[in-house]
Amino acid sequence: MTNKDAYRLVLEIIAEIAPDEDLSDVKPEINLRDQLDLDSMDFLDIVMELRKKYGIEVPEEDYSHLASLNSCADYLIPKFKSVSA
Amino acid sequence: MSGLAAGIRLAMFGRDVLILERHNAPGGLNSFYSFDGRKFDVGLHAVTNYVEKGVKGTPLGKLFRQLRIRREEFGLCPQLGSRVAFPGIDLRFTNDFEVLQSEVARQFPGQIDNFRRLVHGIDAHDPFELEGKELSAREIVSGYITDPLLQDMLFCPLMYYGSARQMDMDFGQFAIMFNSIYREGFARPFDGVRRIIRVLLTRYRELDGKRIMKCGVSKILTSKGRLSALLLDNGNTITADHVLSSIGRVETERLCQDLPPDTGHSNIGQLSFVETINILNRQPAELGWEDTIVFFNDHERFIYARSEELVDPRSGVICFPNNYAYPAERKLPEGVFRVTCLADFRAWSALPEKEYKAAKKFWHDRLAHKAMEFLKPVSQQQLDDCTIYQDMFTPRTVKKYTGHLGGAVYGAPEKSKNGHTHLKNLYLCGTDQGFLGIIGAMLSGISMANYHILSKP
Repeated sequence: MTNKDAYRLVLEIIAEIAPDEDLSDVKPEINLRDQLDLDSMDFLDIVMELRKKYGIEVPEEDYSHLASLNSCADYLIPKFKSVSA
Repeated sequence: MSGLAAGIRLAMFGRDVLILERHNAPGGLNSFYSFDGRKFDVGLHAVTNYVEKGVKGTPLGKLFRQLRIRREEFGLCPQLGSRVAFPGIDLRFTNDFEVLQSEVARQFPGQIDNFRRLVHGIDAHDPFELEGKELSAREIVSGYITDPLLQDMLFCPLMYYGSARQMDMDFGQFAIMFNSIYREGFARPFDGVRRIIRVLLTRYRELDGKRIMKCGVSKILTSKGRLSALLLDNGNTITADHVLSSIGRVETERLCQDLPPDTGHSNIGQLSFVETINILNRQPAELGWEDTIVFFNDHERFIYARSEELVDPRSGVICFPNNYAYPAERKLPEGVFRVTCLADFRAWSALPEKEYKAAKKFWHDRLAHKAMEFLKPVSQQQLDDCTIYQDMFTPRTVKKYTGHLGGAVYGAPEKSKNGHTHLKNLYLCGTDQGFLGIIGAMLSGISMANYHILSKP
């Protein structure tokens, strides 16, 4: 899995939970909250969807790793690998 | 309604959910009924928190996202315009906050800067903070607005649309209501509250949520600080990992096996209401009644407290569900004129049946008359001539259909913001968790499902 794959999976989830957001130009290095109108309830949904769709658990103390697409990729890629292994 | 919203959230993430409803209609405090082929809303005057499409970061937007409902499904139509009417002075407000600000500037020129500072003060407060402590809104607001008349006028709609506390509100609730009524606004689906309930039910069914109607919980069985099982009205016993209760704080506590049956006596709400409904053979606008909602008061100070008589007619709320901007100039088939006032549950409950009926008739006429003092003049004869049907609910009706002790529409004065109860796996949602209004009720169910169940590993 590449960084781009991870971006795509996260963006797919965001598109589902926040269909009114324009996701065409999300910058990977900038915090999602600074570019999109997402609040803590939305982040909970990202976590819940990761669990539901991919069986990935994100404990509450790790929520900060979901701040930007880059940090999501760094944090999630090893998790995707261990889940699919 | 909070229970339905919580159920949707939980079912969405694969939890096995069962909703128990004692009544034959869903919706709780925001339900509906039909009589003689006419459809009535029970609670709804207006859906608060209305913002136009595209306005971000608001409770309405959060609600649609969390339930994954398209906003069009609710079919919300904005109000035409409302008023706070006190002796000799009106404050108009619409879904454009500028209108209220300019009204304050015009009627209370010495207070407009204070009003703006109050708005900043509200912005600095996070009303959805679940662990915040209760603060006196009266005390805080009087630190900004120094004219008691303007204080009373601002408090009047906010208290009528949700305060369970007499004479005061928690500042967090004040902030929620201020934003939801003045800065956001009022709307209504053409079909009233049943449209919203239908959308929620459809969503819940799609997610395989289960319901049992006409079956309440008669006892909460406990063991070692946990809820161990629920005994149902039909005699069955069921178990669950988590239980969310939307029936009220004291009402829930009193079902618990490990608490005495008179638990929470001092926390039973004291505020109940009567509402009169006149069905008219014409649109209210044809009588010159063009407001959506009018909050009125003709006493020197606005007194929001338990009525000392059957009804306290000094203040109240008038609602014309016709006066919303329905699409394509659609009109409700009949005119509806509703008047709500504070009323005393104990006094209404003590009346023998015959006197109860007589009191209803007396107060129906009296309230319609009272309300008309704040509307474009129409003679009693004219109103009688165009009234084709009348109905009225009293605190007794509220108790009967909602189960709320004391007929307390807005529940207990002491809320449980974080939803915790004395049992580890039993939580509160809805009115007694403390987010108010229809949107607040749904957000309460959502927040409690998220906070206590979904976010836990």
